Amino acid sequence: MTYTFNFDWIAQYWPVIVKGILITLELTFVGGVVGILLGILCAFVKLYGAAPLRFVVGAYVELIRNTPFLVQLFFIFFGLPALGVRLGELEAANIAMVVNLGAYACEIIRAGIQATPKGQFEAGVSLAMTRLETFRHVVLVPSLQRIWPALSSQLVIVMLGSAVVSQIAAEDLTYAANFIQSRTFRAFEAYFVSTLIYLVLAIVLRQAMAGLGVLIFPRRSSR
Amino acid sequence: MTDFTLWDIARNLLLALRWTVLLSLVSFVGGGLVGLLILFARIARPRALRVAAKLYIELFQGTPLLMQLFLAFFGFGLFGVSVPAWLAAGIALILWAAAFLGEIWRGCVEAIARGQWEASASLGMSRFEQMRHVILPQALKIAVPPTVGFSVQVVKGTALTSIIGFVELTKAGTIVTNATFQPFTVYGLVALFYFALCWPLSLTSQALERKLNVSHSHY
Amino acid sequence: MSLIAITDVHKRFGENEVLKGIDLDIAKGEVIAIIGKSGSGKSTLLRCINGLETIDSGSILVGGVQLSSEEKQLRDLRQKVGMIFQQFNLFPHLSAGRNVMLAQTVVKKTPKAEARKIAEEMLDKVGLAHRFDALPDELSGGQQQRVAIARALAMKPAALLCDEITSALDPELVAEVLQVVRRLAEDGMTLITVTHEMNFAREVCSRVVFMHLGRVHEIGPPAEVFGAPKTPELRQFLGVN
Repeated sequence: MTYTFNFDWIAQYWPVIVKGILITLELTFVGGVVGILLGILCAFVKLYGAAPLRFVVGAYVELIRNTPFLVQLFFIFFGLPALGVRLGELEAANIAMVVNLGAYACEIIRAGIQATPKGQFEAGVSLAMTRLETFRHVVLVPSLQRIWPALSSQLVIVMLGSAVVSQIAAEDLTYAANFIQSRTFRAFEAYFVSTLIYLVLAIVLRQAMAGLGVLIFPRRSSR
Repeated sequence: MTDFTLWDIARNLLLALRWTVLLSLVSFVGGGLVGLLILFARIARPRALRVAAKLYIELFQGTPLLMQLFLAFFGFGLFGVSVPAWLAAGIALILWAAAFLGEIWRGCVEAIARGQWEASASLGMSRFEQMRHVILPQALKIAVPPTVGFSVQVVKGTALTSIIGFVELTKAGTIVTNATFQPFTVYGLVALFYFALCWPLSLTSQALERKLNVSHSHY
Repeated sequence: MSLIAITDVHKRFGENEVLKGIDLDIAKGEVIAIIGKSGSGKSTLLRCINGLETIDSGSILVGGVQLSSEEKQLRDLRQKVGMIFQQFNLFPHLSAGRNVMLAQTVVKKTPKAEARKIAEEMLDKVGLAHRFDALPDELSGGQQQRVAIARALAMKPAALLCDEITSALDPELVAEVLQVVRRLAEDGMTLITVTHEMNFAREVCSRVVFMHLGRVHEIGPPAEVFGAPKTPELRQFLGVN
């Protein structure tokens, strides 16, 4: 027997898909912005902070990077209520994304800062700037520029990884695909279409990050 | 209702952990073998092969692993075959890992200086001989740390197979939670077990990386 | 008949034509120095003779055989013409001796024991018999370059191409490498060297080729080229007026 593909359901269900896309984008946006800020903070603490703080950040980074995102999500959504922290699906998904990206961003940014020539930092301090001022004005921007491609890749990974938030019933793109396949019994087609959409989102996100990089970082005058 | 001791929970999770380990091993080794094919296609002379390999890599790196699992799981249905979750999981993870490993290794091959290709060519070696005797032995050395590093991603990736119903560590966590109503303890333990698997691999990868940098620093 | 016959060779990289019709015949046993400013096309010419660059038009014959881009022919050619590089390009994962043995066993299918014997001989020839088991990064730059020469010699080539082989060396290491090349010349090896060592060119070479803007601008015995440069470009290059 040969299987005949059927995509007629798209006509009826496209609003579900669009809503899913928007939620996926919202999660990625919040995760990206807050996660990178968290990463910068953690990188600063890890490099210049007091020993106990460095330890806490180090433990956070290692714990997150060595456990699956899905388990982190379950722990936040199902586990935390035991401590009296009750979260909605979207809140939990957002927090999980931020916490996850924050750990990876911390390592990436730290590596970028450490690649900054030592003289830069010394020059800043010698001009009577404080550590924090030097960090903010002299070290951070060139460091971010250096690791922007790595950070962009990580954001794409996090966006693709966000597919699992459907498992706590956050209504993202994967949730939409699950919903559609349960109604239409067109599982393969539903997942195929959403896979293609993810692929497009990944490509667009990568381009957007590259464009953003050009916008926020001063261009080296090549002429 | 029966009370579950911490040991009851841990024991059930540990039993499931075996499947996480096994699936990780199969995916990593299988992914490595397919990844080698991808690597060779990616650096082959014929353009068509190179483009095909690049597309393969883009496709698997640009879509969620969860979707790949779903498509593998439901894809067999198209041919009227219903496959067990472990088989779909294994196939999807192997193809997924192959894309990443192939790309990692391509980077390593390309990191070998052009002079090595030229010197071996000037001695009359064929492309295959150059690869076999000059390029790959060197590429292999720098490939070890990132390859070990990627094994961490494989272990974590196996967690997603719980979603298509394969009973490994994460799925066991869900099952045990439903029986004990202790999600905090159970998922905490699940996370700890993953950590126990992954952290040594991460540390090894970092140590190897440092060692490699030291031995290369005087170039 | 000449060993290497280069006829009207053209080569361009994109818009930039680096070789604009080179004619050059080299007889067996000749020692040629190619001199000229950077960008004059001298390294490119050398790389074309070894097939590392393809030519756009013209012909290069080595031992009467036309150079083509076909893999099998290229392989045969490269066994006849060895090449030494500026950056040595030793295989860092192999000992000095293994560097010399590898192509013999892989390309020529020489049995291991014999390849080893030849390797020992060749290393002895460059004064490094005692460093057979040393890894490249345990050797000085001069020693590495001498191993590279031994590696090329082990293939028993009819000619050796040397591409600025002392340019990457510290000044005090240049002499030991030139000494080896000098001895090869005395033994009758055909040598084509791109070099900045004018003394070496003057003392050792049978002919000197001055390249300028992708052409052979002046050519002749060293006494002529250095003693009585005809063109203003060569005079400027040599710093004489």
